[in-house]
Amino acid sequence: MGPFILRRTAVMIVTALCLTFIVFFLTNLYPNLEKLAKTQGNFRMSDEAVASWLDKNGYAQPTFVKYGQWLGVVPGWTRTSEDGVTGRCMLGTVTAEQAAQAPSFCGIIQGDWGYSTVFRDDVSQIVSKRLGMTGALMFWVLIVMVPSALLIGVLAGMREGSVTDRSLSTVSILTTATPEYVSGVIFIAVFTSSTVGLKWFKGTATSATAKMPSDYSIAFMPEWFEAFWFRVAVAPTFENFFLPVLTISLYGMGYISRMTRASMTEVMTAQYIRTARLKGVSFYNVVVKHALRNALIAPFTVIMLQFPWLLNGVVIVETLFNYKGFGWVLVQAASNNDIELLLAVSVVSVVVVLVTQLISDIGYVYLNPRIRIT
Amino acid sequence: MEPLSTFEIITRILVQLSPVWISLILLYTMSIAFKRRLGLYGKLFDSPIGMIGFGLVMFWVFTGVYGAMDMIVTHPDVLAQVSGMKNKVPGTPMRGAEEGEYAWYLLGGDNLARDVFSRLIKGAWEVIKIAPLAAIFAFMVGITLGLPAGYFGGKLDTLLSFLANLILAFPVILLFYLLVTPEIVATGVPNYMAIVLFVFPIIFLAVLLNSRFHTRPKLRTPLLIGVLGFATWMYLQLVSSGGYLIKTPEYYIPGLPKVLDFFDIDSGLLVVFVSVVFVNSPTVFRIVRGLTMDIKTRDYVAAAQTRGEGSWYIMLWEILPNARGPLIVDFCLRIGYTTILLGTLGFFGLGLAPESPDWGSTINDGRKLLSIYLHPALPPALALLSLVLGLNLLADGLREESLKD
Repeated sequence: MGPFILRRTAVMIVTALCLTFIVFFLTNLYPNLEKLAKTQGNFRMSDEAVASWLDKNGYAQPTFVKYGQWLGVVPGWTRTSEDGVTGRCMLGTVTAEQAAQAPSFCGIIQGDWGYSTVFRDDVSQIVSKRLGMTGALMFWVLIVMVPSALLIGVLAGMREGSVTDRSLSTVSILTTATPEYVSGVIFIAVFTSSTVGLKWFKGTATSATAKMPSDYSIAFMPEWFEAFWFRVAVAPTFENFFLPVLTISLYGMGYISRMTRASMTEVMTAQYIRTARLKGVSFYNVVVKHALRNALIAPFTVIMLQFPWLLNGVVIVETLFNYKGFGWVLVQAASNNDIELLLAVSVVSVVVVLVTQLISDIGYVYLNPRIRIT
Repeated sequence: MEPLSTFEIITRILVQLSPVWISLILLYTMSIAFKRRLGLYGKLFDSPIGMIGFGLVMFWVFTGVYGAMDMIVTHPDVLAQVSGMKNKVPGTPMRGAEEGEYAWYLLGGDNLARDVFSRLIKGAWEVIKIAPLAAIFAFMVGITLGLPAGYFGGKLDTLLSFLANLILAFPVILLFYLLVTPEIVATGVPNYMAIVLFVFPIIFLAVLLNSRFHTRPKLRTPLLIGVLGFATWMYLQLVSSGGYLIKTPEYYIPGLPKVLDFFDIDSGLLVVFVSVVFVNSPTVFRIVRGLTMDIKTRDYVAAAQTRGEGSWYIMLWEILPNARGPLIVDFCLRIGYTTILLGTLGFFGLGLAPESPDWGSTINDGRKLLSIYLHPALPPALALLSLVLGLNLLADGLREESLKD
């Protein structure tokens, strides 16, 4: 197991490096930099002004050097002018003495994720705050999606070809055929609009991102729990959170339940289930005690591999319901070519994808004793 | 004129769609009558799920094709804005309708006073024209790379699988945002990708024909020259526009002269097409690779190897035909997924022109006023849902029927 995890981790790091380099390369192509210069400076800059702005801010260096600086393996650029010293590791223009004290390396290895040109804030601050918001969303998505998907799958696969199976399978096909932007629009139309008049829920989830009041506290609870509890249970209410959560869960649910059904039907035809039935074990006990454990191995992998797709759904749903989380940051960073923020976003999402793949591989081996890694 | 009642709206829409109904009825009667002679396609008509799915898919195919020929749409100019029709509810009579013009907006007007019904029909054509073609290209790339990776294994497999996983680890939306922006289009990156990705069908055809007929040079040589010549010509027409393969302010690479270039792809459409193919091909690659690794252990492959057949012959004429079942099923699902991706692109306003009638863009336009006006956003949403549902049901029916063999 040890060498396996080590090898996988090495592959993971190489993959992450390649992917961030691709993002870095694409965001640092000249037209993108030109757009950045014009949004940061002014829109009527001449070509020479753009070039000098880029040169002044360290964007005119070769891509590999810039990538090395971002990683923190190449010393950050500095530039001395009459006003003082500017550089990658310094905020604004500083004097020569201050510049001498600034660290010479500042990349992600040193824990410096850079500065967002759109939000004018530290990237690590923005990303961690927005990840918390999305975390709350994902928490509820998983709570809604996983149990219902497994239940539907098990009920459908229990008796293959029965009416329950047929109708539940149709439901799962329907949900896999409905992308988030379709189901979200339908839900908003039916449950929130004044035309239909149901108005059960709110069409936006903005109020779920409310700031925690400073006097908020729960008796006898540590602070981290208070923050967690506020984010997942107090700010999001049924009214503002149910529709976004449902929209994301439905799309993933169909796929997981179909996989569960397939694995359940396979298990139900196995010899040992027949033996149990012939011994006279009741159908309920056969399903719960004999079949379920083996049938849930495959869905575990599927659920873990569903995470990258959930990210897609998160971006769509956060746009649709105006919930300012990680997906919203992705859209903002990408549409404004905010290079360092975009890189941090891609690092986070790539790490999520690769870690879930690793967990699903390891978990599969633990759950399924028949597989041994060579 | 009076506004139409709900019943009248439905009747009028059904009448507008009459060419589609006629085609569907003809198709179904013919197919059911001859279903025993039609192989897997005929067997589809034994499964109710497959029939429903096929019906939904063909409905949109016919609607798209006839819509593009202006047979169904009530207001052929989908960009025309008629004053006084802004956000009007379905069935509103058109103000100042002239002689020969259709007098109602059957599904109402959108926020720019354009006819929702006509845009819906035109949007179907946008999907029908891109999605299957993108799926075919993704399959060509996936098959051409997946077969050798699965068959030879080793270093080639490790490298290709690493690249495939690399693309798969990328969040799709981030990739779209990086590739489908005007700035990236200006650098020519999508054109380079098009040049690389669109070569694969030619390689596929060349290897396919050569491996089969290389023992008969007299047939092989003219056949290859003919087919490859035509394919290369089409390829060059596809990737070059205005006489250039790539044209950026700094440099250019000349391509096919304008005289021989009969069609030009709009650069926005090309970039959408390329990125959808790019996102889909690694998944196809993984499926083909897995199937190949499974099938290459079979006896008939061993028999072909003993006969002394070449590797490419075995891959393309022994393994590939035997992997067709799962591949056909996945092809249907992939068209559905491509449709969803196209919708996503439209939803984020990427790639296609903002006034384009495709469903994703229309949903995006309509969602801003969703709490007051439902009619601009709901029809495209339901249309997309029904098309993807149809493709999923069709795939399910095909899977069921192909398992019965």
